[in-house]
Amino acid sequence: MAISEAVETPIAARPRSLWRDAWTRLLRNRAAIFGGIIVLLIIAGGLAAPFITPYDPIKQNLRASLQPPSPTHLLGTDVHGRDIFSRILYGAAISLRIGFLGALLGGAIGVVLGLVSGFYGGAVDMIIMRLVDIQLAFPGLLLAIAIIAVIGPGLENVIIAVGIFSVPTFTRVVRGSVLSVKQQDFVTAARTVGAPNHRIMRLHLFPNILAPVLVLLTMRIATAILTAASLSFLGLGAQPPTPEWGAMLSDGRDYLVLAPHVATFPGLAILLAVLGFNLLGDGLRDALDPRMRI
Amino acid sequence: MFTYFVRRILALIPTLLGVSIAVFLLLRLVPGDPARMAAGLDATEADLEFIRRDLGLDKSLPEQYLTWLNRALHGDMGRSTRTRNPVTYEIGLRLPATWQLTAVSITVAVVIGLVTGITAATRRNSLLDYGSMVAALLGICTPSFWLGLMLMLIFAVQLHWFPTSGRGDWRHLVLPGFTLGAGAAAIIARVTRSSLLEVLNQDYIRTAVAKGLHERAVIYRHALKNALIPVVTVVGLEFGYLLAGAVITETVFAYPGVGRLLVDSISYRDFPMVQGILLILASQFVLINLVVDLLYGWLDPRIHYGN
Repeated sequence: MAISEAVETPIAARPRSLWRDAWTRLLRNRAAIFGGIIVLLIIAGGLAAPFITPYDPIKQNLRASLQPPSPTHLLGTDVHGRDIFSRILYGAAISLRIGFLGALLGGAIGVVLGLVSGFYGGAVDMIIMRLVDIQLAFPGLLLAIAIIAVIGPGLENVIIAVGIFSVPTFTRVVRGSVLSVKQQDFVTAARTVGAPNHRIMRLHLFPNILAPVLVLLTMRIATAILTAASLSFLGLGAQPPTPEWGAMLSDGRDYLVLAPHVATFPGLAILLAVLGFNLLGDGLRDALDPRMRI
Repeated sequence: MFTYFVRRILALIPTLLGVSIAVFLLLRLVPGDPARMAAGLDATEADLEFIRRDLGLDKSLPEQYLTWLNRALHGDMGRSTRTRNPVTYEIGLRLPATWQLTAVSITVAVVIGLVTGITAATRRNSLLDYGSMVAALLGICTPSFWLGLMLMLIFAVQLHWFPTSGRGDWRHLVLPGFTLGAGAAAIIARVTRSSLLEVLNQDYIRTAVAKGLHERAVIYRHALKNALIPVVTVVGLEFGYLLAGAVITETVFAYPGVGRLLVDSISYRDFPMVQGILLILASQFVLINLVVDLLYGWLDPRIHYGN
């Protein structure tokens, strides 16, 4: 909405909705704006990488090996003489892709499982929750590592691992929200007029659990980026010469004494990306529902 | 209370069985012939036949699982395809190192987390509060492998205060312990702060202040005791996560624990070893959660367990 329009519209007549109110609250949250700017910059950097980077991210130039930061190589070069700044920008696209696709994959499966589990209850609920318990018994990164152990390392497999890794969190949050929304009168009303179950879930429950799902999605992008980078660092994710941040850091480990910048900058990039999505997620949570606990 | 304990322990059984099924299926889901993987490339057809029978691959899947589980419960999880040693033996060699590292890092995390959290809560909205919470946020967002390398660069490579890697005396534990504990410290600090702030708003605190008690007495004798209840849960959870996080820290510092063994075993496609480590780490995590749950009930008498 343009500012002039907002000023001219009388307050009483201004249409209000959960999303509009949340948007206003979000814009007032300085930390969230800061996070949003970081996220936008990383997205812009990743998208523009092929057009603005001065060097090829893969092609080696051994004569320029391990150069410290300078005007020609802003963040220096790695052992193969590749420009680290260019690789970090290309890496942004890779990390964002893993982050978004991984979180979306986990979110999609988790939302369906959570909806079904919370809505039907009973035996279905018990089976799904037991499965979630089993997944959650593999703490943190361990679940992603176990999945990689089965499907093998590689960039595409990391997306699958990170996605499945996110499923239990989504399932639990969605199930919890469904259990509280299900009690409300409009659901009973829909059922009274004979709406079929899939319609109730799709049109009545889903829109009402969208807020927590959106918050969780944002935060899980941060987790997905961090998990993917961790897997690559361990040698279980993206393989060289892919300019993935975790893999770059792993390369830099061998030259820590000689050229500490090789390991330093990719790590800062990961930190910044995770910070950006977390701040944005925190801001969204506060804006959508201050009482929400995720 | 007793019934709750028993019920809570019984509820573990399906989860642990599920974990064991998942870990068992791991080896069966991996593409390729498990017998061929166990035997190596130069095995003859007769060797393969022998191994197939030994691993029970000629039987049905449920039968195979029961045999495998029975053996695992008796401490036999097969042999490493890399070293040929029994899996339990190899894990037994490394597990104490991981426990030691985890114990150091949870101590680091609890001390730093509590001190930071209490300081921030008691000086709410001060510069110290903001600084602590920014530090906590950065602690949560910092990749541990990067933090580890940076600490190594500063304190081992440049200052020579600590060794860069390996296992030995206490000095080998300082950098890995701090690396692993930093994230947990940040989370404990946040929870301590918000929990303490919540308690400080309660009526009985106002009463304590009103009757003229010293601030120190109010905070440490009245508020902290109640504020710590949620902190215990988080510490327990984080303890479990640290056991998994050790995978990364051990790789960074070339520390000979089970985490590094797990990563190496995946690279070498040593699946019996991967199975063994996953089973041990997951069971540990589940058991720690049980202890935390029980502790929680004991600490907070307000929680009533229906019969």
